[in-house]
Amino acid sequence: MEEETHTDAKIRAENGTGSSPRGPGCSLRHFACEQNLLSRPDGSASFLQGDTSVLAGVYGPAEVKVSKEIFNKATLEVILRPKIGLPGVAEKSRERLIRNTCEAVVLGTLHPRTSITVVLQVVSDAGSLLACCLNAACMALVDAGVPMRALFCGVACALDSDGTLVLDPTSKQEKEARAVLTFALDSVERKLLMSSTKGLYSDTELQQCLAAAQAASQHVFRFYRESLQRRYSKS
Amino acid sequence: MAEPASVAAESLAGSRARAARTVLGQVVLPGEELLLPEQEDAEGPGGAVERPLSLNARACSRVRVVCGPGLRRCGDRLLVTKCGRLRHKEPGSGSGGGVYWVDSQQKRYVPVKGDHVIGIVTAKSGDIFKVDVGGSEPASLSYLSFEGATKRNRPNVGDLIYGQFVVANKDMEPEMVCIDSCGRANGMGVIGQDGLLFKVTLGLIRKLLAPDCEIIQEVGKLYPLEIVFGMNGRIWVKAKTIQQTLILANILEACEHMTSDQRKQIFSRLAES
Repeated sequence: MEEETHTDAKIRAENGTGSSPRGPGCSLRHFACEQNLLSRPDGSASFLQGDTSVLAGVYGPAEVKVSKEIFNKATLEVILRPKIGLPGVAEKSRERLIRNTCEAVVLGTLHPRTSITVVLQVVSDAGSLLACCLNAACMALVDAGVPMRALFCGVACALDSDGTLVLDPTSKQEKEARAVLTFALDSVERKLLMSSTKGLYSDTELQQCLAAAQAASQHVFRFYRESLQRRYSKS
Repeated sequence: MAEPASVAAESLAGSRARAARTVLGQVVLPGEELLLPEQEDAEGPGGAVERPLSLNARACSRVRVVCGPGLRRCGDRLLVTKCGRLRHKEPGSGSGGGVYWVDSQQKRYVPVKGDHVIGIVTAKSGDIFKVDVGGSEPASLSYLSFEGATKRNRPNVGDLIYGQFVVANKDMEPEMVCIDSCGRANGMGVIGQDGLLFKVTLGLIRKLLAPDCEIIQEVGKLYPLEIVFGMNGRIWVKAKTIQQTLILANILEACEHMTSDQRKQIFSRLAES
Protein backbone atom coordinates (compact mmCIF):
# COMPACT_ATOMS: atom_id res chain seq x y z
CA MET A 1 0.00 0.00 0.00
CA GLU A 2 1.41 3.36 -0.89
CA GLU A 3 1.53 5.73 1.98
CA GLU A 4 1.09 9.18 0.56
CA THR A 5 2.64 11.76 2.79
CA HIS A 6 1.71 15.15 1.46
CA THR A 7 2.72 17.78 3.94
CA ASP A 8 1.92 21.43 3.73
CA ALA A 9 4.62 23.88 2.89
CA LYS A 10 6.46 25.00 5.97
CA ILE A 11 9.15 27.35 4.84
CA ARG A 12 11.88 27.48 7.42
CA ALA A 13 13.40 30.73 8.58
CA GLU A 14 17.10 31.59 8.20
CA ASN A 15 19.04 29.56 5.73
CA GLY A 16 16.79 26.56 5.62
CA THR A 17 14.11 25.82 3.11
CA GLY A 18 11.21 23.46 3.15
CA SER A 19 9.62 21.83 0.17
CA SER A 20 6.31 22.92 -1.25
CA PRO A 21 3.40 20.51 -1.60
CA ARG A 22 3.91 18.44 -4.66
CA GLY A 23 1.52 17.18 -7.25
CA PRO A 24 -0.30 13.89 -7.03
CA GLY A 25 1.65 10.76 -7.77
CA CYS A 26 4.83 11.83 -6.05
CA SER A 27 5.16 10.05 -2.78
CA LEU A 28 8.38 11.49 -1.49
CA ARG A 29 8.35 12.66 2.08
CA HIS A 30 8.75 16.24 3.15
CA PHE A 31 12.24 17.63 2.40
CA ALA A 32 14.16 20.32 4.16
CA CYS A 33 17.72 21.50 3.77
CA GLU A 34 19.89 23.98 5.59
CA GLN A 35 23.32 25.08 4.37
CA ASN A 36 26.33 26.71 5.97
CA LEU A 37 25.29 25.87 9.50
CA LEU A 38 28.70 24.78 10.83
CA SER A 39 31.51 27.29 11.25
CA ARG A 40 34.58 25.03 11.02
CA PRO A 41 34.11 23.04 7.80
CA ASP A 42 34.46 24.73 4.42
CA GLY A 43 30.95 23.62 3.52
CA SER A 44 28.14 22.04 5.49
CA ALA A 45 24.55 21.02 4.97
CA SER A 46 21.80 19.30 6.87
CA PHE A 47 19.27 17.32 4.85
CA LEU A 48 15.95 16.15 6.22
CA GLN A 49 13.69 13.62 4.50
CA GLY A 50 10.60 12.95 6.57
CA ASP A 51 12.16 11.93 9.89
CA THR A 52 15.54 10.89 8.50
CA SER A 53 18.13 13.58 9.04
CA VAL A 54 21.82 13.66 8.09
CA LEU A 55 24.39 16.38 8.75
CA ALA A 56 27.29 16.68 6.28
CA GLY A 57 30.51 18.68 6.44
CA VAL A 58 33.09 19.08 3.66
CA TYR A 59 36.73 20.05 4.10
CA GLY A 60 38.71 20.80 1.00
CA PRO A 61 40.72 21.10 -1.09
CA ALA A 62 43.09 20.69 1.86
CA GLU A 63 46.45 19.14 2.69
CA VAL A 64 46.83 15.44 2.15
CA LYS A 65 49.24 12.94 3.65
CA VAL A 66 51.97 11.92 1.24
CA SER A 67 50.91 8.29 1.52
CA LYS A 68 47.41 9.12 0.33
CA GLU A 69 48.10 11.71 -2.33
CA ILE A 70 47.28 11.05 -5.98
CA PHE A 71 49.50 12.90 -8.42
CA ASN A 72 46.83 14.00 -10.87
CA LYS A 73 43.60 14.33 -8.93
CA ALA A 74 42.11 15.05 -5.52
CA THR A 75 41.82 12.28 -2.94
CA LEU A 76 38.19 12.04 -1.90
CA GLU A 77 37.41 10.61 1.53
CA VAL A 78 34.02 9.95 3.04
CA ILE A 79 33.47 9.32 6.74
CA LEU A 80 30.04 8.20 7.92
CA ARG A 81 29.25 8.10 11.61
CA PRO A 82 26.14 6.32 12.86
CA LYS A 83 23.90 7.88 15.45
CA ILE A 84 24.99 5.51 18.23
CA GLY A 85 27.87 3.12 18.54
CA LEU A 86 31.11 2.85 16.61
CA PRO A 87 31.14 2.73 12.83
CA GLY A 88 31.00 -0.85 11.57
CA VAL A 89 31.05 -2.73 8.32
CA ALA A 90 27.72 -1.34 7.09
CA GLU A 91 29.05 2.21 7.47
CA LYS A 92 32.23 1.30 5.62
CA SER A 93 30.28 -0.09 2.72
CA ARG A 94 28.03 2.99 2.57
CA GLU A 95 31.10 5.22 2.71
CA ARG A 96 32.48 3.45 -0.32
CA LEU A 97 29.23 3.84 -2.27
CA ILE A 98 29.04 7.55 -1.47
CA ARG A 99 32.70 8.02 -2.32
CA ASN A 100 32.31 6.37 -5.71
CA THR A 101 29.34 8.59 -6.47
CA CYS A 102 31.18 11.75 -5.45
CA GLU A 103 34.26 10.80 -7.43
CA ALA A 104 32.19 10.49 -10.58
CA VAL A 105 30.90 14.00 -10.16
CA VAL A 106 33.63 16.07 -8.51
CA LEU A 107 36.25 17.57 -10.86
CA GLY A 108 39.22 16.19 -8.96
CA THR A 109 41.71 16.97 -11.72
CA LEU A 110 41.48 20.66 -10.92
CA HIS A 111 43.06 20.07 -7.50
CA PRO A 112 45.73 17.38 -7.74
CA ARG A 113 47.55 16.30 -4.57
CA THR A 114 44.86 17.66 -2.29
CA SER A 115 42.21 15.97 -0.22
CA ILE A 116 38.49 16.56 -0.14
CA THR A 117 36.87 15.03 2.94
CA VAL A 118 33.13 14.57 3.39
CA VAL A 119 32.04 13.81 6.95
CA LEU A 120 28.46 12.61 7.44
CA GLN A 121 26.73 12.27 10.79
CA VAL A 122 23.43 10.42 11.04
CA VAL A 123 21.18 12.50 13.27
CA SER A 124 18.08 10.30 12.98
CA ASP A 125 17.34 7.28 10.85
CA ALA A 126 13.77 6.63 9.75
CA GLY A 127 14.29 4.90 6.42
CA SER A 128 16.11 5.66 3.12
CA LEU A 129 19.28 6.55 4.97
CA LEU A 130 21.67 6.11 2.05
CA ALA A 131 19.58 8.39 -0.16
CA CYS A 132 19.50 11.06 2.53
CA CYS A 133 23.30 10.78 2.98
CA LEU A 134 23.80 11.27 -0.76
CA ASN A 135 21.60 14.35 -0.80
CA ALA A 136 23.33 15.85 2.22
CA ALA A 137 26.76 15.16 0.69
CA CYS A 138 25.77 16.87 -2.55
CA MET A 139 24.46 19.98 -0.81
CA ALA A 140 27.56 20.18 1.36
CA LEU A 141 29.87 19.88 -1.65
CA VAL A 142 27.99 22.70 -3.37
CA ASP A 143 28.21 24.80 -0.22
CA ALA A 144 31.97 24.29 -0.03
CA GLY A 145 32.46 25.42 -3.61
CA VAL A 146 34.09 22.18 -4.75
CA PRO A 147 33.96 22.17 -8.57
CA MET A 148 31.52 19.57 -9.86
CA ARG A 149 30.42 18.53 -13.31
CA ALA A 150 26.82 17.94 -12.21
CA LEU A 151 24.67 17.64 -9.10
CA PHE A 152 23.53 14.26 -7.85
CA CYS A 153 20.71 13.00 -5.69
CA GLY A 154 19.76 9.78 -3.97
CA VAL A 155 16.35 8.15 -4.27
CA ALA A 156 15.34 4.99 -2.44
CA CYS A 157 12.46 2.71 -3.26
CA ALA A 158 11.03 -0.42 -1.73
CA LEU A 159 9.17 -3.31 -3.38
CA ASP A 160 6.76 -5.14 -1.14
CA SER A 161 5.50 -8.70 -1.60
CA ASP A 162 2.67 -7.62 -3.96
CA GLY A 163 5.12 -5.87 -6.22
CA THR A 164 3.93 -2.38 -5.25
CA LEU A 165 6.56 0.29 -5.49
CA VAL A 166 7.00 2.73 -2.62
CA LEU A 167 9.37 5.67 -3.05
CA ASP A 168 11.31 7.04 -0.08
CA PRO A 169 10.27 4.22 2.26
CA THR A 170 10.11 4.61 6.02
CA SER A 171 11.98 2.10 8.22
CA LYS A 172 8.79 0.09 8.73
CA GLN A 173 8.24 -0.14 4.99
CA GLU A 174 11.88 -1.12 4.47
CA LYS A 175 11.64 -3.93 6.99
CA GLU A 176 8.49 -5.39 5.46
CA ALA A 177 9.65 -4.98 1.86
CA ARG A 178 10.83 -7.77 -0.38
CA ALA A 179 13.55 -5.57 -1.87
CA VAL A 180 15.00 -2.11 -1.17
CA LEU A 181 16.80 -0.30 -3.99
CA THR A 182 18.74 2.96 -3.70
CA PHE A 183 19.86 4.88 -6.78
CA ALA A 184 22.12 7.89 -7.22
CA LEU A 185 21.21 9.95 -10.28
CA ASP A 186 22.96 12.89 -11.84
CA SER A 187 21.29 16.15 -12.70
CA VAL A 188 22.33 16.62 -16.33
CA GLU A 189 20.60 13.67 -17.96
CA ARG A 190 19.35 11.77 -14.91
CA LYS A 191 21.86 9.03 -15.61
CA LEU A 192 22.50 6.34 -13.05
CA LEU A 193 25.67 6.94 -11.01
CA MET A 194 25.32 4.29 -8.31
CA SER A 195 22.84 1.63 -7.34
CA SER A 196 22.71 -0.36 -4.13
CA THR A 197 20.06 -3.02 -3.84
CA LYS A 198 19.07 -5.57 -1.24
CA GLY A 199 16.51 -8.34 -1.69
CA LEU A 200 14.73 -10.22 -4.43
CA TYR A 201 13.41 -8.53 -7.58
CA SER A 202 13.01 -9.22 -11.27
CA ASP A 203 14.59 -7.45 -14.20
CA THR A 204 11.39 -5.59 -15.16
CA GLU A 205 10.89 -4.50 -11.56
CA LEU A 206 14.40 -3.05 -11.56
CA GLN A 207 13.62 -1.04 -14.68
CA GLN A 208 10.34 0.15 -13.16
CA CYS A 209 12.07 1.24 -9.97
CA LEU A 210 14.75 3.05 -11.94
CA ALA A 211 12.15 4.88 -14.02
CA ALA A 212 10.23 5.88 -10.91
CA ALA A 213 13.44 7.07 -9.26
CA GLN A 214 14.34 9.15 -12.30
CA ALA A 215 10.93 10.80 -12.23
CA ALA A 216 11.23 11.48 -8.50
CA SER A 217 14.72 12.91 -8.88
CA GLN A 218 13.20 15.76 -10.83
CA HIS A 219 11.48 16.92 -7.65
CA VAL A 220 14.67 16.62 -5.67
CA PHE A 221 16.62 18.69 -8.19
CA ARG A 222 13.89 21.30 -8.26
CA PHE A 223 14.12 21.45 -4.49
CA TYR A 224 17.90 21.90 -4.72
CA ARG A 225 17.44 24.75 -7.15
CA GLU A 226 14.86 26.53 -4.97
CA SER A 227 17.01 26.04 -1.90
CA LEU A 228 20.13 27.46 -3.56
CA GLN A 229 18.26 30.36 -5.12
CA ARG A 230 16.92 31.25 -1.71
CA ARG A 231 20.41 31.17 -0.28
CA TYR A 232 21.85 33.48 -2.91
CA SER A 233 18.91 35.83 -2.89
CA LYS A 234 19.83 36.94 0.63
CA SER A 235 23.24 38.32 -0.27
CA MET B 1 13.13 23.89 -30.48
CA ALA B 2 14.06 27.35 -29.33
CA GLU B 3 11.91 27.47 -26.22
CA PRO B 4 12.10 30.36 -23.81
CA ALA B 5 14.53 29.96 -20.99
CA SER B 6 11.74 29.61 -18.42
CA VAL B 7 10.78 26.18 -19.69
CA ALA B 8 14.33 25.00 -19.42
CA ALA B 9 14.45 26.42 -15.91
CA GLU B 10 11.51 24.26 -14.82
CA SER B 11 13.28 20.95 -15.05
CA LEU B 12 16.97 20.76 -14.34
CA ALA B 13 17.10 17.23 -15.60
CA GLY B 14 17.37 17.08 -19.33
CA SER B 15 17.60 20.87 -19.61
CA ARG B 16 19.20 21.98 -22.78
CA ALA B 17 21.82 24.67 -22.89
CA ARG B 18 20.67 28.24 -22.31
CA ALA B 19 22.20 31.35 -23.75
CA ALA B 20 24.64 32.92 -21.33
CA ARG B 21 23.17 36.36 -21.97
CA THR B 22 19.74 35.38 -20.72
CA VAL B 23 21.08 33.94 -17.47
CA LEU B 24 23.18 36.89 -16.34
CA GLY B 25 22.60 37.74 -12.69
CA GLN B 26 20.68 34.52 -12.02
CA VAL B 27 21.73 31.62 -9.88
CA VAL B 28 23.31 28.85 -11.94
CA LEU B 29 23.93 25.30 -10.74
CA PRO B 30 26.80 22.89 -11.51
CA GLY B 31 26.13 20.89 -14.63
CA GLU B 32 24.38 23.58 -16.61
CA GLU B 33 25.68 24.42 -20.04
CA LEU B 34 25.72 27.93 -21.39
CA LEU B 35 25.77 29.01 -24.99
CA LEU B 36 27.92 31.90 -26.11
CA PRO B 37 26.34 34.63 -28.23
CA GLU B 38 27.28 33.41 -31.73
CA GLN B 39 26.12 29.90 -31.06
CA GLU B 40 22.56 30.80 -30.20
CA ASP B 41 22.16 32.35 -33.62
CA ALA B 42 23.35 29.15 -35.18
CA GLU B 43 20.85 27.06 -33.26
CA GLY B 44 17.92 29.24 -34.23
CA PRO B 45 14.40 28.09 -34.94
CA GLY B 46 14.14 25.21 -37.29
CA GLY B 47 17.36 23.61 -36.20
CA ALA B 48 19.22 23.20 -39.44
CA VAL B 49 20.27 26.61 -40.61
CA GLU B 50 21.19 26.96 -44.22
CA ARG B 51 24.31 28.86 -44.83
CA PRO B 52 26.06 29.39 -48.10
CA LEU B 53 29.37 27.60 -48.18
CA SER B 54 32.19 30.05 -48.51
CA LEU B 55 35.03 28.98 -50.74
CA ASN B 56 37.66 31.23 -49.23
CA ALA B 57 38.99 30.09 -45.91
CA ARG B 58 37.40 32.81 -43.84
CA ALA B 59 38.43 32.69 -40.24
CA CYS B 60 35.36 31.76 -38.23
CA SER B 61 33.94 34.85 -36.61
CA ARG B 62 34.20 33.70 -33.05
CA VAL B 63 34.64 36.19 -30.29
CA ARG B 64 37.26 35.39 -27.71
CA VAL B 65 35.51 34.99 -24.38
CA VAL B 66 37.45 34.57 -21.13
CA CYS B 67 36.19 31.84 -18.85
CA GLY B 68 36.47 32.96 -15.22
CA PRO B 69 36.13 31.13 -11.90
CA GLY B 70 33.31 28.65 -11.73
CA LEU B 71 33.17 28.00 -15.48
CA ARG B 72 34.93 25.47 -17.68
CA ARG B 73 35.11 25.20 -21.42
CA CYS B 74 33.23 22.14 -22.63
CA GLY B 75 33.43 21.78 -26.38
CA ASP B 76 32.42 25.21 -27.54
CA ARG B 77 30.05 25.80 -24.64
CA LEU B 78 30.62 26.84 -21.05
CA LEU B 79 29.99 24.31 -18.30
CA VAL B 80 29.08 25.68 -14.88
CA THR B 81 31.09 23.97 -12.11
CA LYS B 82 30.14 26.02 -9.05
CA CYS B 83 26.86 27.35 -7.75
CA GLY B 84 26.42 31.11 -7.74
CA ARG B 85 25.32 34.12 -9.75
CA LEU B 86 26.54 34.41 -13.34
CA ARG B 87 28.33 37.68 -14.07
CA HIS B 88 29.71 39.24 -17.21
CA LYS B 89 32.11 42.08 -17.81
CA GLU B 90 32.36 43.79 -21.18
CA PRO B 91 35.85 44.08 -22.61
CA GLY B 92 37.41 47.44 -21.82
CA SER B 93 38.80 48.04 -25.25
CA GLY B 94 39.42 46.17 -28.41
CA SER B 95 38.49 42.64 -29.20
CA GLY B 96 37.08 39.89 -27.10
CA GLY B 97 33.68 39.01 -25.82
CA GLY B 98 34.50 39.94 -22.26
CA VAL B 99 34.72 37.76 -19.17
CA TYR B 100 32.08 35.45 -17.76
CA TRP B 101 32.35 34.16 -14.22
CA VAL B 102 30.30 32.75 -11.36
CA ASP B 103 30.10 34.71 -8.10
CA SER B 104 30.06 31.99 -5.48
CA GLN B 105 30.34 32.04 -1.69
CA GLN B 106 33.30 30.07 -0.45
CA LYS B 107 35.45 29.77 2.62
CA ARG B 108 38.41 27.78 1.32
CA TYR B 109 41.07 29.67 -0.63
CA VAL B 110 42.81 28.30 -3.73
CA PRO B 111 46.03 30.20 -4.65
CA VAL B 112 45.83 32.32 -7.77
CA LYS B 113 48.77 34.07 -9.40
CA GLY B 114 48.89 37.76 -8.65
CA ASP B 115 46.67 37.65 -5.57
CA HIS B 116 47.79 39.59 -2.52
CA VAL B 117 47.44 37.45 0.60
CA ILE B 118 48.28 37.46 4.28
CA GLY B 119 50.34 34.46 5.32
CA ILE B 120 51.76 33.15 8.58
CA VAL B 121 55.39 31.98 8.57
CA THR B 122 55.43 28.39 9.83
CA ALA B 123 58.92 27.08 9.13
CA LYS B 124 62.33 27.85 7.73
CA SER B 125 63.92 25.32 5.44
CA GLY B 126 67.02 25.81 3.36
CA ASP B 127 66.83 29.43 2.25
CA ILE B 128 63.10 29.70 2.01
CA PHE B 129 60.28 30.23 4.47
CA LYS B 130 57.18 28.07 4.47
CA VAL B 131 54.13 30.31 4.74
CA ASP B 132 50.64 29.11 5.55
CA VAL B 133 48.17 30.90 3.27
CA GLY B 134 45.09 28.80 3.94
CA GLY B 135 45.39 26.72 0.79
CA SER B 136 46.09 23.05 0.36
CA GLU B 137 49.84 23.42 0.84
CA PRO B 138 52.16 26.02 2.37
CA ALA B 139 53.62 28.58 -0.03
CA SER B 140 57.35 29.13 -0.24
CA LEU B 141 58.90 32.57 0.24
CA SER B 142 62.54 33.16 -0.50
CA TYR B 143 64.77 35.02 1.97
CA LEU B 144 65.75 37.46 -0.72
CA SER B 145 62.31 38.53 -1.86
CA PHE B 146 61.99 41.46 0.51
CA GLU B 147 62.98 45.02 -0.14
CA GLY B 148 66.40 45.62 1.37
CA ALA B 149 66.81 42.01 2.43
CA THR B 150 69.79 41.42 4.68
CA LYS B 151 70.80 38.76 7.17
CA ARG B 152 69.46 40.84 10.01
CA ASN B 153 66.04 41.97 8.88
CA ARG B 154 64.37 38.67 8.20
CA PRO B 155 60.93 37.63 9.36
CA ASN B 156 60.77 35.05 12.14
CA VAL B 157 58.61 32.01 12.47
CA GLY B 158 55.16 33.16 13.54
CA ASP B 159 55.25 36.55 11.80
CA LEU B 160 52.51 37.78 9.50
CA ILE B 161 53.49 38.45 5.91
CA TYR B 162 51.63 40.37 3.23
CA GLY B 163 52.78 39.30 -0.21
CA GLN B 164 51.67 38.23 -3.64
CA PHE B 165 51.88 34.99 -5.57
CA VAL B 166 54.28 34.72 -8.49
CA VAL B 167 53.68 31.02 -9.10
CA ALA B 168 50.30 29.52 -8.32
CA ASN B 169 48.88 26.69 -10.36
CA LYS B 170 47.42 23.33 -9.59
CA ASP B 171 50.57 21.35 -10.36
CA MET B 172 53.24 23.27 -8.48
CA GLU B 173 53.83 24.45 -4.96
CA PRO B 174 52.75 28.10 -4.69
CA GLU B 175 55.53 30.69 -4.40
CA MET B 176 55.10 34.16 -3.05
CA VAL B 177 57.22 37.29 -2.86
CA CYS B 178 57.08 40.56 -0.97
CA ILE B 179 58.41 42.77 -3.73
CA ASP B 180 56.81 43.84 -6.97
CA SER B 181 58.35 43.55 -10.41
CA CYS B 182 60.42 46.72 -9.88
CA GLY B 183 61.98 45.39 -6.72
CA ARG B 184 60.08 47.70 -4.35
CA ALA B 185 57.98 46.63 -1.41
CA ASN B 186 54.88 48.59 -2.38
CA GLY B 187 53.17 47.92 0.93
CA MET B 188 54.14 44.26 1.14
CA GLY B 189 56.38 42.65 3.72
CA VAL B 190 56.15 41.79 7.39
CA ILE B 191 53.06 43.13 9.11
CA GLY B 192 53.82 44.99 12.32
CA GLN B 193 53.28 44.09 15.94
CA ASP B 194 49.93 43.85 17.70
CA GLY B 195 46.67 44.02 15.85
CA LEU B 196 44.26 41.17 15.27
CA LEU B 197 44.12 38.65 12.44
CA PHE B 198 40.77 37.02 11.73
CA LYS B 199 39.20 35.01 8.97
CA VAL B 200 36.14 35.82 6.86
CA THR B 201 34.66 34.35 3.69
CA LEU B 202 36.21 35.10 0.32
CA GLY B 203 33.06 36.78 -0.95
CA LEU B 204 33.17 39.34 1.85
CA ILE B 205 36.77 40.29 1.01
CA ARG B 206 35.84 40.84 -2.62
CA LYS B 207 32.88 42.94 -1.55
CA LEU B 208 35.02 45.07 0.79
CA LEU B 209 37.70 45.59 -1.84
CA ALA B 210 35.24 46.65 -4.54
CA PRO B 211 35.93 50.24 -5.56
CA ASP B 212 32.53 51.56 -4.49
CA CYS B 213 32.34 49.93 -1.07
CA GLU B 214 31.11 52.31 1.60
CA ILE B 215 31.80 50.02 4.53
CA ILE B 216 35.49 50.85 4.70
CA GLN B 217 34.89 54.57 4.44
CA GLU B 218 32.36 54.41 7.26
CA VAL B 219 34.68 52.33 9.39
CA GLY B 220 37.49 54.78 8.77
CA LYS B 221 35.35 57.62 10.06
CA LEU B 222 34.74 55.78 13.33
CA TYR B 223 38.26 55.22 14.60
CA PRO B 224 41.73 55.71 13.14
CA LEU B 225 42.85 52.26 12.09
CA GLU B 226 45.28 50.21 10.05
CA ILE B 227 43.79 47.43 8.03
CA VAL B 228 45.19 44.82 5.63
CA PHE B 229 42.99 42.62 3.44
CA GLY B 230 44.27 39.29 2.16
CA MET B 231 42.45 37.67 -0.74
CA ASN B 232 42.69 34.41 1.15
CA GLY B 233 39.97 35.52 3.51
CA ARG B 234 42.22 36.99 6.19
CA ILE B 235 41.95 40.51 7.56
CA TRP B 236 44.44 42.15 9.93
CA VAL B 237 43.21 45.17 11.80
CA LYS B 238 44.80 47.45 14.36
CA ALA B 239 43.34 50.40 16.24
CA LYS B 240 44.52 52.49 19.18
CA THR B 241 43.11 50.31 21.94
CA ILE B 242 42.33 46.61 22.15
CA GLN B 243 38.63 47.32 22.64
CA GLN B 244 38.41 49.36 19.45
CA THR B 245 40.25 46.62 17.57
CA LEU B 246 37.77 44.03 18.76
CA ILE B 247 34.80 46.21 17.87
CA LEU B 248 36.16 46.68 14.36
CA ALA B 249 36.77 42.95 13.96
CA ASN B 250 33.21 42.16 15.04
CA ILE B 251 31.75 44.74 12.68
CA LEU B 252 33.66 43.40 9.70
CA GLU B 253 32.70 39.82 10.46
CA ALA B 254 29.05 40.76 10.85
CA CYS B 255 29.01 42.87 7.66
CA GLU B 256 28.38 39.80 5.62
CA HIS B 257 24.94 39.22 7.00
CA MET B 258 23.76 42.75 7.64
CA THR B 259 21.83 44.94 5.27
CA SER B 260 23.11 48.47 4.75
CA ASP B 261 20.40 49.95 7.02
CA GLN B 262 21.34 47.72 9.94
CA ARG B 263 24.96 48.65 9.39
CA LYS B 264 24.23 52.36 9.42
CA GLN B 265 22.32 51.94 12.67
CA ILE B 266 25.25 50.18 14.31
CA PHE B 267 27.72 52.77 13.10
CA SER B 268 25.62 55.65 14.35
CA ARG B 269 25.25 53.95 17.72
CA LEU B 270 29.01 53.44 17.96
CA ALA B 271 29.79 56.97 16.88
CA GLU B 272 27.64 58.31 19.70
CA SER B 273 29.27 56.27 22.45
